[in-house]
Amino acid sequence: MFPNLDINFVIFGVMPYVALTVFLVGSVARYERDPFTWKSSSSQLLRRKQLILGSVLFHVGILTVFFGHLAGLFTPVWVLDALGIPYALKQWMAVLIGGPAGFAAFIGASMLLHRRLSDPRIRVTSSYPDIIIMVLIWIQLAVGLLTITQTLQHMDGAEMVLFMNWSQSIVTWNINAWTTVVDVHWLYKLHIFLGLLIAMLFPFTRLVHMLSGLVAPFRYLFRSGYQIVRSRRRAPLARRGRNAATASQAHQRKTSDTQPAE
Amino acid sequence: MRVRAQIGMVLNLDKCIGCHTCSVTCKNVWTTRDGVEYAWFNNVETKPGTGYPTDWENQARWNGGWERTKSGKLQPKQGSKWRILSNIFANPDLPEIDDYYEPFDFDHDHLKSAPEMEAFPTARPYSRITGERIEKIEKGPNWEEILGGEFSKRGQDYNFEGVQKEIYGEYENTFMMYLPRLCEHCLNPACAASCPSGAIYKREEDGIVLIDQEKCRGWRMCVSGCPYKKVYYNWETGKSEKCTLCYPRIESGNPTVCSETCVGRIRYLGVMLYDADKIQSAANAPTEQELYDAQLDVFLDPFDPVVIETARADGIPEDWISAAQESPIWKMAMEWKVAFPLHPEYRTLPMVWYIPPLSPIQNAAEAGKIGMDGMMPKVEDLRIPVRYLANMLTAGDEAPVVSALERMMAMRAYMRSKTVEGVIDEGIAARVGLSGRVIEEMYKIMALADYEDRFVIPTTHREQVEEAYDLKGGCGFTDSNGCSTGTSKVSLFGKTRKPLKMPEAM
Repeated sequence: MFPNLDINFVIFGVMPYVALTVFLVGSVARYERDPFTWKSSSSQLLRRKQLILGSVLFHVGILTVFFGHLAGLFTPVWVLDALGIPYALKQWMAVLIGGPAGFAAFIGASMLLHRRLSDPRIRVTSSYPDIIIMVLIWIQLAVGLLTITQTLQHMDGAEMVLFMNWSQSIVTWNINAWTTVVDVHWLYKLHIFLGLLIAMLFPFTRLVHMLSGLVAPFRYLFRSGYQIVRSRRRAPLARRGRNAATASQAHQRKTSDTQPAE
Repeated sequence: MRVRAQIGMVLNLDKCIGCHTCSVTCKNVWTTRDGVEYAWFNNVETKPGTGYPTDWENQARWNGGWERTKSGKLQPKQGSKWRILSNIFANPDLPEIDDYYEPFDFDHDHLKSAPEMEAFPTARPYSRITGERIEKIEKGPNWEEILGGEFSKRGQDYNFEGVQKEIYGEYENTFMMYLPRLCEHCLNPACAASCPSGAIYKREEDGIVLIDQEKCRGWRMCVSGCPYKKVYYNWETGKSEKCTLCYPRIESGNPTVCSETCVGRIRYLGVMLYDADKIQSAANAPTEQELYDAQLDVFLDPFDPVVIETARADGIPEDWISAAQESPIWKMAMEWKVAFPLHPEYRTLPMVWYIPPLSPIQNAAEAGKIGMDGMMPKVEDLRIPVRYLANMLTAGDEAPVVSALERMMAMRAYMRSKTVEGVIDEGIAARVGLSGRVIEEMYKIMALADYEDRFVIPTTHREQVEEAYDLKGGCGFTDSNGCSTGTSKVSLFGKTRKPLKMPEAM
């Protein structure tokens, strides 16, 4: 039907938009329609063994890698030029920071995957998406680490710039974005494909807890004090001086906002 | 002053017979679902014992509750906000389900489906998590029932702090009591403070602490934050759950299920007015033994005209103010000082209070020789050591517990004198700082315990804030998501459960 259709175009030109759309629409829909299912699905209660070390290694590693990719891929090339950062230096940074972090994440993911498949309690309480996404992430980490072997063969940073151009072209709606990565090694291609696949599956798995995990620290740290009181009042009460109000004062004041509701 | 109302509870341990009706009715109403079959929003422990989950009172191990830092700051014992967030990937203070017990059931079906065999078929236990056969049940929800197990294990009880406990392991000196436990609906809840999502909140109108099931993300910091271990992680839904103080019943003026069904009539529910502005400083009292008095100081006298005026200004409904004046909680905690908070040293300002139990004279053979203070034996001669009760109820301060026990004994002596000998002996009342009239009121409320005296619960005035018309045909109280149960068999976001694997006859 489409004799000239290039598989590279489908994966690197079309799939990113499909993946991002599914990711965004799916996440919003789930958050809106079924907030009760939005959770981390922690299994620590059922089995502590292998989780403490595995989970910390995995999360710290993968968050480092994730934000490394985000910053590395979406920093415009002209910013690097303006700051006078040589491409090779940036690539060395990526390898030296991302390498160990990815390795830590891989060890952690291996521990978690082993625990999930071999521990009867965890196995029986796992859903298919739980297992599928864990396996995918494990493979993705393995492929990501394998690409380092390719990367080390050309440390001039030129190829890295290709990927930067690709991802930046995608988000700037450049229809020819896919052509930039046609000639790279298949390991990189597989890595990109798996990344897009994981983004597509994101809203349908426990991965959604990642978004909450990114927001929670801000909500928690910026919450005034520790406690939360909810009220059914329509208008919150007027603020009164601590221990200072008398009944007559209280009567004169109009009710207005202070209640730390929600 | 910022007046708020709280539904508080008092449990008269002197009358608890350990029948577990509260636990069973609570479980039937709230926690028969998958994922919380191990959870008992209400449980009854035999003391001395390590309780459920094992060793829960030992905060050196679990890091629950609050602590006052060296610089005088009040923060959760598991750490400041930063520290809690850094444990989000794996919570080092979280109990494992085996610390409660692995939930089990018995294969009753086998009794009727077994083929003809040489041996009589038995219902063998299997795990409610994996469905696998359990060879040996290691622990249950009430493993130490009536002093079950050896003293060396039960003697790990945290309340033995400062007590020469060895002699209580001897048969002649042993003692026991029951401790029914539920969520304390604290004035300063550590669970709410620990929640990074802000899903746990205290209701302004009645002080009930609830978990918003749609905002809970399963970070499980509340489970470790609560020193009473009364927040439970539902391993099926991935959300935390806890005692709701049966708020749908409370809102309509009915007692909680545990209170309603208590055959010993030991439970009381009533309104306490408190000053929300004082909570912070009360919870941050410099020493642990000051905390009991500090909490008493938070409560407001519902007969004080200034308090009443301020309460009105703060939107407390009139029937709540009059309920506070008739509150059995106020009488027992504040007027008679016979009820105490459970482990005030956790600094959560708990709102489920306990009347300590009287116990038999320690040594019957020496009953004639014990010190008789008028008609009453000395509190120190009772079988349950006062220090043990004080460790549980007043952070080790014995004086308030002694006073409460003396008042309860005086009540018995006074009423005995009145009904048996027909003599009204004001001297007995005066010795414990009360009058005959007060003792008779104590007797009416604590001993007779009529339904109307035990439960003084004003209804919630939702009609003032909600449009009843809009709620017409709604779903009432549901788990979550409007009319949805939250779990779905066919859903992109839900999941189905695998059937249990049953043992088969060979």
